[in-house]
Amino acid sequence: MYKYDEYDQQMVDTRVAEFRDQVRRRLAGDLTEDQFKPLRLQNGLYLQLHAYMLRVAVPYGTLNSAQMTLLGDIADKYDRGYGHFTTRQNIQYNWIKLEDTPDILAELAKVEMHAIQTSGNCIRNISSDQYAGAAADEIVDPRPYAELLRQWSSFHPEFLVLPRKFKIAVIASETDRAAMRLHDIGIKMVKNDAGEIGARFYAGGGMGRTPMIAPLIREFVPLDQLITFSEACLRVYNRYGRRDNKYKARIKILVHELGRDEYVRQVEEEFAHLLTQPIEPPLAELERIKAHFVDPGFDANASDDLDLTDPDFRLWVERNTHAHKQAGYVIATVSLKPVGGIPGDATADQIRLMAKLAKDYSFDELRVTHAQNIVFPHVRKADLYTVWQALDEAGLSTANLDTVGDIIACPGLDYCSLANARSIPVAQKISERFGSAQRQAEIGELKLKISGCINACGHHHAGHIGILGVDKKGLENYQLLFGGSEGADTSLAKIIGPGFTEDGVVDAIEKATEVYLANKQGEERFLDTYRRIGMDPFKEAIYG
Amino acid sequence: MVDVQFRFRDDETVNDPAVTVDSFSEQSNATAVRIEPGDDARDLLPYLDRLSLVEVSFPAWTDGRGYSSARILREAGYRGEMRAVGDLVIDMLHHLRRCGFDAFAPEKALNEEDAQSAFDRWENVYQATVVDGRPAIWAKRHPA
Repeated sequence: MYKYDEYDQQMVDTRVAEFRDQVRRRLAGDLTEDQFKPLRLQNGLYLQLHAYMLRVAVPYGTLNSAQMTLLGDIADKYDRGYGHFTTRQNIQYNWIKLEDTPDILAELAKVEMHAIQTSGNCIRNISSDQYAGAAADEIVDPRPYAELLRQWSSFHPEFLVLPRKFKIAVIASETDRAAMRLHDIGIKMVKNDAGEIGARFYAGGGMGRTPMIAPLIREFVPLDQLITFSEACLRVYNRYGRRDNKYKARIKILVHELGRDEYVRQVEEEFAHLLTQPIEPPLAELERIKAHFVDPGFDANASDDLDLTDPDFRLWVERNTHAHKQAGYVIATVSLKPVGGIPGDATADQIRLMAKLAKDYSFDELRVTHAQNIVFPHVRKADLYTVWQALDEAGLSTANLDTVGDIIACPGLDYCSLANARSIPVAQKISERFGSAQRQAEIGELKLKISGCINACGHHHAGHIGILGVDKKGLENYQLLFGGSEGADTSLAKIIGPGFTEDGVVDAIEKATEVYLANKQGEERFLDTYRRIGMDPFKEAIYG
Repeated sequence: MVDVQFRFRDDETVNDPAVTVDSFSEQSNATAVRIEPGDDARDLLPYLDRLSLVEVSFPAWTDGRGYSSARILREAGYRGEMRAVGDLVIDMLHHLRRCGFDAFAPEKALNEEDAQSAFDRWENVYQATVVDGRPAIWAKRHPA
C-alpha cells in the first residue's frame, strides 16, 4: 500500500500544526464558534448531541496493521473504548474532547493518517472498492488513481469552499462494490479498444434528500488528463453550483437543472482551456504511486484445499469470503454486525485483534467497507481456520455478509444532531428478529439500510429494503422503501406506503421476507423477486 | 473603502474606483473592477489590458466562487493587482494567495502575527495552480 514520502509527511504534519493553532485561537476566544465551525469541519471535527465527534480518513478504505492498532489505542485513550466504522470507509469517534484533538491528530500523523477534509464543503476522502488489488474481476487496481486524486484534492486552493460536500469514488471492476454512481463524481477505470487504461466519468449522483444516479459524462479520459478533467468538473461546479439553498447545493442538482448535456458542454469547454495550463502531474508520478500497490509476495504454491468439517466455519466461509485473484487465497470479511449489536462499531480490543490478524495472515493489510465491515484482503486458505477461530473468540465471526443482519445504519438520534429518529435500536431489533444463522441463510442476500433522517447517511435509497426514520408529530416514525440497489444495476428504492412504529417496521420486514420466500423462483434474491412481482404482493401482506 | 492590510506587490497601490462587472465594458476609462460572487470573471477577458485592479468580493468567506474568478483571470494572463475584499479569515490567506490574490483588504483587520504565520505555513503544495509560480510536489518528485 501507499507509503508517505517526506513531502506527504510534511503536509500532514503541517496540517496538525495548523489545526493546533486553530484550536488555540478558539480556546483563547480569538475565534468564535461560528468562525471555528467551518475550519474544524475541514478536519473532520463535528459538534454532536453529546460531545465532539472526530472522523478519521481511511483513504480508499485501505489500512495497515500499525494504523489499525493505533485506531484501537485512540479509542481507549480518547474515547470510550470503541470506534465506529462509517459508510464512507472512515472511522468516527463519538466522545472526543476539543482540547485533545490536536494530540490525536499528531498521533495519527505518526502512522501516516489524518482527518483532512473528512467533513466540510470540500472534496472528501476518496472511496473505492474494498476488494481492490485482490478481486478476480478487476481490470486494474483502482487505488493508485484514488491516491493521485487524494493528493490533488488535499488542500486544493480553489476547491476548499465549494457549494457543498463533494464525494468521489474510483472503481475498476464490472461489479460495483462502492456505489460508484451514487457519488458526486464516480470514476470507473476502463480499457478502450486500443487496450489503454483510462477513466470513465459519471457526475451528479448522490443520496440525501434528492437521490440521483449519476449520468455518464465522459466515456474515456486518458490517464495523462485525469487531474485536468477532474479540475474542470470541479471548477464548473464551484462556479455554478447553487449556494442559495444548502439542500440544493450538491452537484447532482446542478447537473439535473442544467441537464446532463449542458453540464458536459461546460465541463468540456473548461477542460479544453485547462489543457493549456500545465497542471497535470506527469505519468511518472502515477507510476511512482503504482509501485506502492504491487501484489504482495503471494505463495504461488498455496494450497486451494479448505477443510470445512466445522459447520460454523463452513457457514462463515460460504457467507463471508470472496474469490481471490490468486489461487490458494481468499478475501475474508469480518462482519461488524453481530446480532443485537451496533452496526459498524468495534471495541478497541477487537480493532487491535483485527490489526494483529492482518499482520500475521493478510500481508499487513485491512480494508474498511462502505457496508461498515472490515476485510482481510489476502488470506491463505491454509490459514483461514486459524483466523476464523481467533475472530470467533473475539465475537467477530458473525456469518451474515450481505444478509438481512448485515445492516447499514447511520448513527441516528442516539448521536447525531441532524437526525429525526433513532437508527441503531431499529437495526438491533431487526438483527435480533432475524438472529438465527439458518434463517438468514434461507433469506440469502438482502441489503437493508437505515437512515435516521432524510440526509440518507444510512443509504436507505440504495437498500433492497430501506428504512427512513422521520419525526411524525414528535414521535419517531419509520418509512419503508423497497427495490434500491447500489451495484452495477443501480436503482433507487421506492416508498411502499404509510410509516410504522419501531416495532411495526420490524414486523413489516418480516412479512416482506415471507412474501419473498413464498414467491421466490430458483436462485432469485429478494431484490430479483421484488423486481419481477412488483410492490403489490408485498403491500398486501404488510398493510392488508 | 476598506484598507489593504497585506500586499505582495512592489508597484504602487491602485486606488482607482472600482466599477461593477456589468458596467465595466461601457466605461472605456475604467481601470478597476469589482467582481461579486455571481459575476462571470470571463466577461472581463477582452479588457485585461486596461485593468490595473481587480477586487474580488467575499461577502462570506465560505462562498468560494471568488477563488475560481481569480484563478481564471490569472490563467488568462492578468498581471495587475488582485485584491480580496470582505470577510477574509486567517486560515484561508494562503489558499487565496495560491489562486492569484496579491492584496488583501479584510473588512475587520486580522491579527498580523497569526496572518503572517498563515501566509508562510505551507512550504510545499500538492497542486500546480500556475498562477502562484510554485512547483507542485509532483514536480519536485520528478525534476525535468
